[in-house]
Amino acid sequence: MNGASAKLSSAPPDADLAVASAQTSPINLSHGVILYIDGVTVSFDGFRALNDLSLAIDAGELRCIIGPNGAGKTTMMDVITGKTRPDSGTVFLGQSIDLTKKTEYEIARLGVGRKFQKPSVFEQHSVYENLELAMKGPKGVWDTLFHRRDSAEEDRIHDMIKRINLAKRVAEPAGLLSHGQKQWLEIGMLLMQEPQVLLLDEPAAGMSDEETERTAELFLSLEGKHSLVVVDHDMAFVASLARKVTVLHEGSVLVEGTMDVVQNDERVIEVYLGR
Amino acid sequence: MILPVGRFSQLYDRRGWLWLGLFTAAVVLVVPLLRLLAPPTSAFYLSDYYVILIGKIMCYAIVALAMDLIWGYAGILSLGHGLFFALGGYAMGMYLMREIGNEGQYRSFLPDYMVFLDWKEFPWYWAGTEYFWLAVLKVILVPGVIAYVFGWFAFRSRIRGVYFSIITQALTFAFMLLFFRNATGFGGNNGFTDFKRILGFSLAHPGTRVVIFAVTGLFLILTLLLCRYIVKSKFGRVLMAIRDAESRAMFSGYNTRDYKLFVWTLSAVLCGIAGALYVPQVGIINPSEMSPANSIEIAIWVAVGGRGTLVGALVGAGIVNGAKSYLTVAWPAIWQYFLGALFVVVTLFLPHGIMGWRRGQTK
Repeated sequence: MNGASAKLSSAPPDADLAVASAQTSPINLSHGVILYIDGVTVSFDGFRALNDLSLAIDAGELRCIIGPNGAGKTTMMDVITGKTRPDSGTVFLGQSIDLTKKTEYEIARLGVGRKFQKPSVFEQHSVYENLELAMKGPKGVWDTLFHRRDSAEEDRIHDMIKRINLAKRVAEPAGLLSHGQKQWLEIGMLLMQEPQVLLLDEPAAGMSDEETERTAELFLSLEGKHSLVVVDHDMAFVASLARKVTVLHEGSVLVEGTMDVVQNDERVIEVYLGR
Repeated sequence: MILPVGRFSQLYDRRGWLWLGLFTAAVVLVVPLLRLLAPPTSAFYLSDYYVILIGKIMCYAIVALAMDLIWGYAGILSLGHGLFFALGGYAMGMYLMREIGNEGQYRSFLPDYMVFLDWKEFPWYWAGTEYFWLAVLKVILVPGVIAYVFGWFAFRSRIRGVYFSIITQALTFAFMLLFFRNATGFGGNNGFTDFKRILGFSLAHPGTRVVIFAVTGLFLILTLLLCRYIVKSKFGRVLMAIRDAESRAMFSGYNTRDYKLFVWTLSAVLCGIAGALYVPQVGIINPSEMSPANSIEIAIWVAVGGRGTLVGALVGAGIVNGAKSYLTVAWPAIWQYFLGALFVVVTLFLPHGIMGWRRGQTK
């Protein structure tokens, strides 16, 4: 792909917007915690995918969550985004909003963006339209039926297209992009939503080393303005982010700490290497 | 909200508008004038047969557009759209039955079949059927409300794909059985027929016929423009996004249920209006319009023409129904083989229908 020379700008144009939206946001951040998962249990046919999971993410934090297959990483994302209802427990966004009582689209509008493991973009829509559809704004039936594009919107979309390095492919259907480009487009779509919290499920899967490196750079540049939760089992990628790491195992938190602490923890070595 | 004119003109390019203009002229001027003014001996004479046939196909074309909106753009395959068409037809049929007055076989104020069943008065749900404006309201509301309620439950339960199609098929089948019963009060398996007048004008008069024909043609154009506006708007792009990746659309903040419910209901209403325009032209409505096969055929028109193009729906409805009426006359014994062959050819060689194939040719 031609993205080899790409540079994901570390001076995001939406910095001001993030501040502006924080002022009007309904999310109460008085305790500095943006996401608070408390005692969440989810069972599928007797199998406990999440087992009394409790976890807190600070506002502006970049948190990595790792764990072997079946540890409950994706289920946790499903619970936060409203796709799965927990059997018990609560998920609070800020101090006052209980996400377990909201639907997927309400949670998205509240400012929780989600990137799927497999890149999920609108394949038949152009790159431009993908970003347009994701952009924050009124999203009801009548709003879109009588919507008119204005130059402010166009500018925002074009800024994002430059930032994710897809300027040459604006009008092409997203389905024709390479795997790595689709991953970036999806990240771009998330950013267009101006989310408070970004949930990223294996964002570097299928990327070349260089793409992975630039993705890590992008995430680090978003830290502080957004809260990021990166779920991955690629230790190298997580190590390159070098932030606080939470290890999940059998549906609950096993260890939490810096990468060094986590990597040298006996229990982590045991679940990862199966000793 | 008022549609801005500048934006409205962008729905089609100059060639598109030219075609629409020609079509409008044909339905409001050429066909009526040929029917009314050309003498039967003239080469330009247009008999009632053709006026009815073209009028009928235009009604089907409206249904095909409604189907393309829901299937081609929202990815929801309905195999029960014949129901909404028939409901609109019945709503209009009830009014037309009242217009017969006491000129039926039994010279009663009741429709013949009610006299035959030894009913003494109209059932309660026939109240108000003598008013045209109420009939028009019902043509819109009955299919609309039934579709809305059905869709509300189906989309809330997240029923999609083939499961949704099967339920719609069952829905139309259930209604057909209901309407077949004499006790239901809609004429049983004979349905409504022998209409005499609409708004006091004789339905046998060529003048009445060409007016209904022209109204049908204009409504077809209106439907096309409405559908075109919808699919070109941001709403249309959201609809296609839901079709291709519904969970991504939800996680982008769209209440996908509202979107599906909106087009689903609109699509049903358009079918109902088409049915109401169809009945006075063909002069009969009966429960066979609700048969599952009829609804499947609607999907076939759209598949033949090409899904998700709107024009394809028009082409498909025209070609399939045109061929059908020609072949049933020319080769009554084997016409169904031709129809079958057409479907096989389209499925095997034209997966995107005729429009998809044409697009491939011009590329």
